[in-house]
Amino acid sequence: MGNPNVGKSVIFSRLTGVRVIASNYPGTTVEFCQGCIGSGVNKIEVVDAPGTYSLEPNSPAEKVAVAILDRAIAAKDSIVINVVDATNLERNLNLTLQLMKKEIPVLIALNLWDEAKHIGISIDAENLEKVLGIPVIPTVAVTGEGIKELVSRLGQAKRGEYNYVDDERWHEVGRIVDKVQTIKHKHHTIGERLGDLTIHPWTGIPIAILVIAALFFIIRLIGEGLISLLTDPIFNNIWRPLMMRLSDMLVSGSLIHKIIIGQLIDGSIDFGQSFGILTTGLYVPFGAVLPYIFAFYLVLSVLEDSGYLPRLAVLLDNVLHVIGLHGMAIVPMLLACGCNVPGVMATRILETKRERFIAATLMSISIPCMAQTAMVFGLLGKHGLRGLLPVLVTLFAVWLITGNLFKLLVKGESPEIFTEIPAYRLPHLPTLMKKVWMRIYWFLHEAVPFVLVGVFFVNLLYAFGIISFLGNIIGPFTARAFGLPFEAVGALLIGFFRKDLAVGMLAPLGLNVKQLIVACVVLTMSFPCIATFAVFVRELGVIDMIKAASIMITSAFLVGSLLNLIL
Amino acid sequence: MESGTKGKVIEIQGGRGLCARFNAMGIRPGVKITKISGQIMRGPVIITVGATQVAIGFGMASRIFVEV
Repeated sequence: MGNPNVGKSVIFSRLTGVRVIASNYPGTTVEFCQGCIGSGVNKIEVVDAPGTYSLEPNSPAEKVAVAILDRAIAAKDSIVINVVDATNLERNLNLTLQLMKKEIPVLIALNLWDEAKHIGISIDAENLEKVLGIPVIPTVAVTGEGIKELVSRLGQAKRGEYNYVDDERWHEVGRIVDKVQTIKHKHHTIGERLGDLTIHPWTGIPIAILVIAALFFIIRLIGEGLISLLTDPIFNNIWRPLMMRLSDMLVSGSLIHKIIIGQLIDGSIDFGQSFGILTTGLYVPFGAVLPYIFAFYLVLSVLEDSGYLPRLAVLLDNVLHVIGLHGMAIVPMLLACGCNVPGVMATRILETKRERFIAATLMSISIPCMAQTAMVFGLLGKHGLRGLLPVLVTLFAVWLITGNLFKLLVKGESPEIFTEIPAYRLPHLPTLMKKVWMRIYWFLHEAVPFVLVGVFFVNLLYAFGIISFLGNIIGPFTARAFGLPFEAVGALLIGFFRKDLAVGMLAPLGLNVKQLIVACVVLTMSFPCIATFAVFVRELGVIDMIKAASIMITSAFLVGSLLNLIL
Repeated sequence: MESGTKGKVIEIQGGRGLCARFNAMGIRPGVKITKISGQIMRGPVIITVGATQVAIGFGMASRIFVEV
């Protein structure tokens, strides 16, 4: 346990080997994670909790931390590893003293020891241990220093016997700090001056615009680069000949052939249109989406680990208040650009239910996940900005307008931003790449089975004529409203299952630019994919999901029709 | 609220919840803070308290009273 952004998750990873995501801003860990040290008889269960500044929680994430503590206390054979930030001893000890009053043994991991030394803070750890009466072990979690000692001294955790009056807690902290800490004053470094530039509005906002533009550009560059240099050649030169051989071996036109290979387009396999499990089913996640997933998470991880995010949150705070949220809501929104599922979960850092509802609904309506975005780029890319820009602008406009409507119509207040801004840190490359790999692995794990099943399912639907049946019923509506052919209904339906597959289904329809734009916007807005649906229900409840869903469907209809009219 | 300089917190005008939240970050009467910047149009205020930089919404920030 400890304050947000002190290194709890890194220490957890070191202790258990379980990989957890850790970043340089408060609010990365929003649910608890469990792992073990040792095995067999000596197995120790370790839990990584969200950060909290005190035992009086202010957000759902902090409530989770307190709940974990209570559970541990009730279990009677647990201890607390209190991770303390050596660069912020005073504030961190506030929580420590609170923990020590609880009926549970505590020991302190004095983390960020290297950074403290770097900025001129020196702490007498032994003295601190003497004063508090519990073990204090200096650690540098990202390099692993001190971890061995931490583990060996776990048994020495003691129940706090430090006596103090609750109201006088800060005075006590002050006294303790005076005894053990000395600060050598360091002058404002160039790095710090640059840091200040990024946050002052007159310099910060232009910098932010540049940074965001650069990020889009880099993501597209890496994504397209990987596709044209790596995945397309692999699929075209290696996989296609293999699949053609398989295709020849299977009876042409049979059900098996249709399911595994799909339709032969012009006598050959088109990975976008054939829709077989081994053709489109593999191309979508690996060939079209994975490059973008890699690009996105690489960029996001650098952004997270540098410490820029909270500063971005401050700069954008005014914008976010237009939609009833505060600056830190940028975090769930950015995460949603990768996948709506972690995005919805990250809304736990917001304080009120109203904020969480607004944030979660807005991201489900107008933020497409990277899988979907990658497919949209694939489909609209050849039309360049003329195709992509309307989609982007429309979704952003929907985000603003719907958000503003929410702010005006949903009862409740909009809390203001209140967050710690961490020091800029140069991302530690091995840790960063591990994080990117974790997220890619998670994506492959989640996406590939779903896509394969989805392709299989789509083929079944086509085979049994269900799609044409539904197309004839709903088709006239969508045709009149959106200007899309009847078959596009199939894409809308599959959109509930997987968004990237849905966009993929638009490929064989031969739509023109305008139709593609309308279709992509409607697909993003209409209904969340099943994974998002599930996490939405879990985080906000069924009633809110129904509310959100009806808003999504109506707005998708309205916006789609509008686009059809004005484009 | 002062601009661009150091000050000492005299008083926080707020209810229990607000005081508790400020408290948790180390902002309480008697503490020295430094204002780093404000944002345009009543945006968040950034201050340094102890070794931490904290961003506080304008409304919340205006409840903190300092003597320069």
